[in-house]
Amino acid sequence: MTLAAALRDRDVAQLPSRRDEDWRWTDLRALIRELPAPSPAAAAPAQAGPFGALGDAEILVVNGRVIGDESLLRLAPGHTRTVRLRFVSATAGTAHGASLSISLGAGARLTLLESYEGLAAGYLADANLAITLAEDAVLERIILAQDDEDAVSVSTATVDLAPRARLAQTTLTTGAKRQRLETRVTHPGHDAAVRMDGAYRVRGRGHADLTSAVNHAGTDGTTEQLIKGVVDDQARAVFQGRITVSPGADRTDARMGHHALVLSDRAEVDAKPELLIFADDVACAHGNTVGALDEDALFYARQRGMPEDVARAMLTEAFIGEVIDRIEHEAVRERLRSWAQDGRIA
Amino acid sequence: MLSINNLHARVAEAEILKGLTLDLPAGEVHAIMGPNGAGKSTLSYVLTGRQGYEVTEGTATLDGEDLLALEPHERAARGLFLSFQYPLEIPGVPAMTFIRTAINAQRKARGEPEVSAPEFLKRAREVAGQLKIDFDMLKRPLNVGFSGGEKKRMEIFQMAMLSPRLLILDETDSGLDIDALKIVADGVNALRSPDRAMLVITHYQRLLDYIRPDKVHVLAAGRIAASGGPELAHELEREGYDKYARAA
Repeated sequence: MTLAAALRDRDVAQLPSRRDEDWRWTDLRALIRELPAPSPAAAAPAQAGPFGALGDAEILVVNGRVIGDESLLRLAPGHTRTVRLRFVSATAGTAHGASLSISLGAGARLTLLESYEGLAAGYLADANLAITLAEDAVLERIILAQDDEDAVSVSTATVDLAPRARLAQTTLTTGAKRQRLETRVTHPGHDAAVRMDGAYRVRGRGHADLTSAVNHAGTDGTTEQLIKGVVDDQARAVFQGRITVSPGADRTDARMGHHALVLSDRAEVDAKPELLIFADDVACAHGNTVGALDEDALFYARQRGMPEDVARAMLTEAFIGEVIDRIEHEAVRERLRSWAQDGRIA
Repeated sequence: MLSINNLHARVAEAEILKGLTLDLPAGEVHAIMGPNGAGKSTLSYVLTGRQGYEVTEGTATLDGEDLLALEPHERAARGLFLSFQYPLEIPGVPAMTFIRTAINAQRKARGEPEVSAPEFLKRAREVAGQLKIDFDMLKRPLNVGFSGGEKKRMEIFQMAMLSPRLLILDETDSGLDIDALKIVADGVNALRSPDRAMLVITHYQRLLDYIRPDKVHVLAAGRIAASGGPELAHELEREGYDKYARAA
């Protein structure tokens, strides 16, 4: 049951629904009675994406169709590149999907600046990425989702790592009517490393779902994950993080943290952090907190002279900023800093 | 400068301040001493406007203006500063950013221009030097992982940077070793001036050897039970608070 299959066969019965445990908080079947018409081909947008002109090359995927040289996403051994990959939804009320593959040869380094840009209202969009990293390859993947508030949008990536490869990922999203950003990693251990961070700032009636699964199959692998989020109004955020340490994957080091601020009584956060450990001699930890802004810290800042709104904004920005601080690419990190303030790029 | 008259306040359902009256003229330093539970911290929170502290009767004015009608940040902009007994940790906000945001918020409230970055840095270096604060510490998130003494020193640093007119020091000596106490006291004494007033809240007489008060008040059971000169602090150190607690 996937959105891709439903779009391919034009069959709503194949949409993921709450019957699937992994989709119980992001039910598409109950939301979509009828699939919208397929999106038409559309021209490349005139405006730059949220990453501006950062990087060496740009690949556009407009209404599910690739415009640009897809082969730039296949790096030969030892090559280094920074690519903007922009998924653009340009036609209101229509549906589209896209599948791309990304491969990094041994020792290659790719910085992928991946954006989801809603330039129309109420579309249904699906994206699938199949990513493979050879030995010693490094992928820093920075995902910025700016979907339309009436859109339904799903992005799913599968990542296959070779020994000593490294994935460093940061996802930032403001949600959509219903939105899911999912990453599934096959982790071979053997000094391969994963950092998989994310942040959400959802308001109105928005919905954001960050789901991830990392499967440690070999010894001596590391995974660290920090997800932080803020929900306001009647928004809803979902975090599902699963780290599996398979039998024999000894000396795995896996750490997961999810921390959410709930700013309104009617907002909701559903979190399901899971560590499934079937090996010995592992170091695994997870922490999950959901709460309001610290009233004591708020009073402290106000006593120093900050009006309440200034103090709240400062503390909220600092809370989210911890995720942005961990982005390795300096220019990208600085560009995304303003996102921590208000979910926008200045 | 600060004038408190017949102040009654409660926290939750319990009445903590029961008719407190106190006058603190500009240029003076007054100490408030008292046993645990007498209402010392409640007084500091009522004056700064913390939520949950409800004034049921009486007045508190700053230069004739009703302090209790103002929001906490408005009181700060008029020059009121509280050095917290337990300074808060602010993760993710470098000390410098926090203090600069506070200074600019106060300036904005007073209709003054923002402090320029070079001007702010210069002043921060000066004050940090006086208080023997490592400048790098100011780049770290405020108070996060700081020792008790470092947190108290950061309070005095903020106080010097914000340059308030009415200073309340709530148990500033707690958690300080003797060297840190001297540094903190020197920092406070450097701020003494004819147009500033200070309220030094303390349980022990020790701090008052370093910050010499003009007057000492004994706070017991929610009101001022006795007032006198510095010698009163020594008497309390010898004899304890028993007779005031019993009288109340």
